[in-house]
Amino acid sequence: MEKFLMDTYDIIVVGAGHAGCEAGLAAARMGKRTLVLSINLEAVAMMACNPSIGGTGKGHLVREIDALGGQMGLNIDKTFIQSRMLNTAKGPAVHSLRAQADKNEYHIEMKRTMEQEPLLDLKQGEVIDLVLEEGKACGVVLRTGAVYNAKAVILATGTFLGGKIFIGDSAFDSGPNGLAPSMELAAKLREYGLPMRRFKTGTPARALADSLDYSKMTPQEGDSQIVPFSFMNDELECDQIKCWLTYTNEETHEVIRNNFHRSALFGGQIEGVGPRYCPSIEDKVNRFADRKRHQLFIEPEGRYTDEMYIQGMSSSLPEDVQQQFYETIEGLENLKIVRPAYAIEYDCIDPLNLKISLENRTIENLFCCGQFNGSSGYEEAAAQGLMAGINAVLKLDDKEPFVLDRSEAYIGVLIDDLVTKGTNEPYRIMTSRAEYRLVLRQDNADLRLTEKGYRLGLVTRERYDRFLEKKDVVERETERLKKKVVKPDEINPILEAHNSAPVKTAVSLIEVLKRPGITYDDVASVDDERPILSQHQKTMMEVGIKYAGYITKQQQQIDKFKRLENRKLSRELDYSSIEGLRIEARQKLNEFKPLSVGQASRISGVSPADINVLLIYLEKERRSN
Amino acid sequence: MEDTIAAIATAYGEGGIGIIRISGEDSRDILRKIFTGKIESRRLSYGKIVDENEHIDEVLAVYMKGPKTYTGEDVVEINCHGSMVALRKTLALVLSKGARMAEPGEFTKRAFLNGRLDLSQAEAVIDVIKAKSDRSFDVAISQLEGSLSKRIEKIRQALLDLLVEVTVNIDYPDEDIEIMTYDKARDCLCNIRNMIGELLATSGSGRMIREGIRIAIVGKPNVGKSSLMNCLLRESRAIVTEIPGTTRDTIEEAVSIRNLPVYLIDTAGIRDTDDTVEKIGIEKTKEAFNNADYIILVVDGSRPLTSEDEEIISYVRGRRALVLLNKRDLGAEVTVDVISEKLPDCDIIETALSKGEGLTEIEDNIESLVYGGQISQGESLMVNNVRHIDLLKHADSAAGDALSLLEIMEPLDIVEIDIRNAYDFLGEIVGDTVSDEIINEVFARFCLGK
Repeated sequence: MEKFLMDTYDIIVVGAGHAGCEAGLAAARMGKRTLVLSINLEAVAMMACNPSIGGTGKGHLVREIDALGGQMGLNIDKTFIQSRMLNTAKGPAVHSLRAQADKNEYHIEMKRTMEQEPLLDLKQGEVIDLVLEEGKACGVVLRTGAVYNAKAVILATGTFLGGKIFIGDSAFDSGPNGLAPSMELAAKLREYGLPMRRFKTGTPARALADSLDYSKMTPQEGDSQIVPFSFMNDELECDQIKCWLTYTNEETHEVIRNNFHRSALFGGQIEGVGPRYCPSIEDKVNRFADRKRHQLFIEPEGRYTDEMYIQGMSSSLPEDVQQQFYETIEGLENLKIVRPAYAIEYDCIDPLNLKISLENRTIENLFCCGQFNGSSGYEEAAAQGLMAGINAVLKLDDKEPFVLDRSEAYIGVLIDDLVTKGTNEPYRIMTSRAEYRLVLRQDNADLRLTEKGYRLGLVTRERYDRFLEKKDVVERETERLKKKVVKPDEINPILEAHNSAPVKTAVSLIEVLKRPGITYDDVASVDDERPILSQHQKTMMEVGIKYAGYITKQQQQIDKFKRLENRKLSRELDYSSIEGLRIEARQKLNEFKPLSVGQASRISGVSPADINVLLIYLEKERRSN
Repeated sequence: MEDTIAAIATAYGEGGIGIIRISGEDSRDILRKIFTGKIESRRLSYGKIVDENEHIDEVLAVYMKGPKTYTGEDVVEINCHGSMVALRKTLALVLSKGARMAEPGEFTKRAFLNGRLDLSQAEAVIDVIKAKSDRSFDVAISQLEGSLSKRIEKIRQALLDLLVEVTVNIDYPDEDIEIMTYDKARDCLCNIRNMIGELLATSGSGRMIREGIRIAIVGKPNVGKSSLMNCLLRESRAIVTEIPGTTRDTIEEAVSIRNLPVYLIDTAGIRDTDDTVEKIGIEKTKEAFNNADYIILVVDGSRPLTSEDEEIISYVRGRRALVLLNKRDLGAEVTVDVISEKLPDCDIIETALSKGEGLTEIEDNIESLVYGGQISQGESLMVNNVRHIDLLKHADSAAGDALSLLEIMEPLDIVEIDIRNAYDFLGEIVGDTVSDEIINEVFARFCLGK
């Protein structure tokens, strides 16, 4: 095949899924001429699995992406069909926004955004090889022979890379959703010596809406008060669509058990490692044999389609078995499957091969993100895409990488976990992975990150001004509440109505708001001077007041954490020369070249004793200098 | 490259056997140069230690190839049977053949750095090195073998179980799982605090074993304090040493009672040195027993209580103390009932110390002070390390914080932070904090996901 040079860009992004879109947009918005390539432009921002954005931990990621000037939050705000704030019974740190998306609109909206981005070109084309010069990535080769040169390449290949679909004993090379897979590139990356692995994931069947009996299911409504994902939106209107809840039963499990032998999963055909938090239904029945039922949600895939997503029921069983077991479920007796459930196996990299900037350690100027890095989920992908895009730009500009640490963002937790600890299964963010949850809230993501995004040139002036105003309004209003004093006879009726002990003397409103269960809105009637605050502003202020004590405590822990994080380690440090480090630790540290003692302490194979030795060593060095 | 170190591994001056331990790459070569016996890994062999042609001692020696040794390095141990002189000569010989004198705790440090010990074990070894009495040695050994680790692990497991349930409630709000109720969390935490409390209850005795029990002997003049001192000193004449007192007028005597190190703080001489102001005697007494773990109040049981007795009794009130109704052979003017009414929490023993009567009971009482209650003598588990006690207390207070948050109905994710802190504090004792244990358990125990 004859190769020919088509064009030269600053940055090329391979893949236009959730990671690729954010990477491309970030690079272009930071001023780099950027090309985003996708095997099929119908797959831009495709939601190949569940029709929702957000949830615990994931919702936090979306807010952080938004705060840094990413697109995901804006896109879902434009295209959601139902919105819920989860976990409201718990503290504000774990309140988690989740929205059902109109999948097709989500795709179209994102695609249009990409098309309209001035420095960004979106093109259909299959990348089959990288252009490498002296160990540096400097372009891509397409199947057509077209060559595009660039200064940096970002891989965001998702489940396309070496994709293989399993339905029963039928297995075939395929990308997600029947799209073409990317086989040649997969082979090339192995050839170049990247430590590749096989992961797998799965998706349930889609059923025809009219074939289901909703009278047998429990409806799940959206929230009456919609909270937007994006800090750019104060209020959103939406004609929300219901989801439905139903359950499997013993009969369902019986059918599945009788057909275990026909599952690709148990037949041994699948070599990839699947996520534990996202098991197939056969996995659930097998591992939790004593469970009498498993819940499943029936979720619409969009406003203009009759396809319904059967959440909780992914499977790699053959189609006939799928039909059989789905039919045993209440409300699904007459179900018509539109798309069968499948498991998909794909190539990804061992993320330990990445620097904290998401640059590859083997090939310079090659950045990696999304499922390619061993994560799972749209939000995890988008977060990494954004960071890979930012860091590719910074690399080209010869600037220090943009790194968020574990105390600054869930994005920091996600990336630090991946590149420092590695992962043996597709990685999902969870609030329990974050040590400093009280500080990493979704309501203050802008407070944590927008300033940084602005300095990077990613956050627009408009967003930045809005943020400054919010900060200012919240500060001023908090101050006002400290001074605003109410008399017992004014406030006591409100307190009593909320089962809160009455007061005997006049109190400031801020004291009242510190009490559990009393909101800013609850005391509106005794506070006639208050300004009008947006929902975002109210939440940030309320949480700041209510949890001030806890937040201060956590801030102290963060200061402690930062001490190890701020003990920087030189990349030139030869760990094999440090006496007392165990052999394994020396190898790991030399391989890794951690940026700080804090990061070193999280590398598996580096024991606390090694860290002590390292600290003693640093101390020794410090003294001798 | 680590050099080879050597030291006498047993305490000086005690017992007939002394062990020289050598650790490091050259251990075997050094042994070969000075030992006439056969050298095979992990086989004890008999031979002579010789320097050129001079015969120094007859010994048993063993060479152990690393890394499965105490320090993780090649180790040699030489059991010398002769005198201290022979032991020292042998060590000097070893050092002359290329080993370096080990610094205090260096074997342990190496063991620790070579991954042969976790933090709690390493510190127990350090305590072994410092241990002065037999009993203390037992405690250190048992901690070394991980019995403390086991107890801590049990508490950590209970915390982990709770954490997993709380976590799954936080991270999977939409799943079909049991809701974590406040009652359930409260029960778990109470149970956990009890377990920590039990362990902490042993900590005082642990310290006493390592550092010795400080007992102040108080009472007005001529009630038998000196007799008591003499009795206790006579019992352990072999290892009595006299050390200067902490105050000019008191004298500390180190004795061993039932193998427990005890410091007797004698206030006997107070009246004699300064009889002008009676009050000063009282002040000195007070000062002496402010520094004590335990107080033995001696009263002349053959005569009615005086105001001086009453005043001393008032100082003793509220302290852990033993009252001796002495001079029982001369009469029974003061009854047990009278004393127990005044000092209801104190133990009371009737004695005739000049005749040695009641001494066994006194020793029983002192021993039970250390081993009393929760701990039988066979199970010598005690927390006797300041750092461990500190971490246990931190864990306990974190669990307490979690409980009070539950009390005021704070949300679970706020409570979880304190539960996790308690878990991490205990993890620090066994040197294990960074882990994915919680998340692993979540997935192992709950059926979650799309």
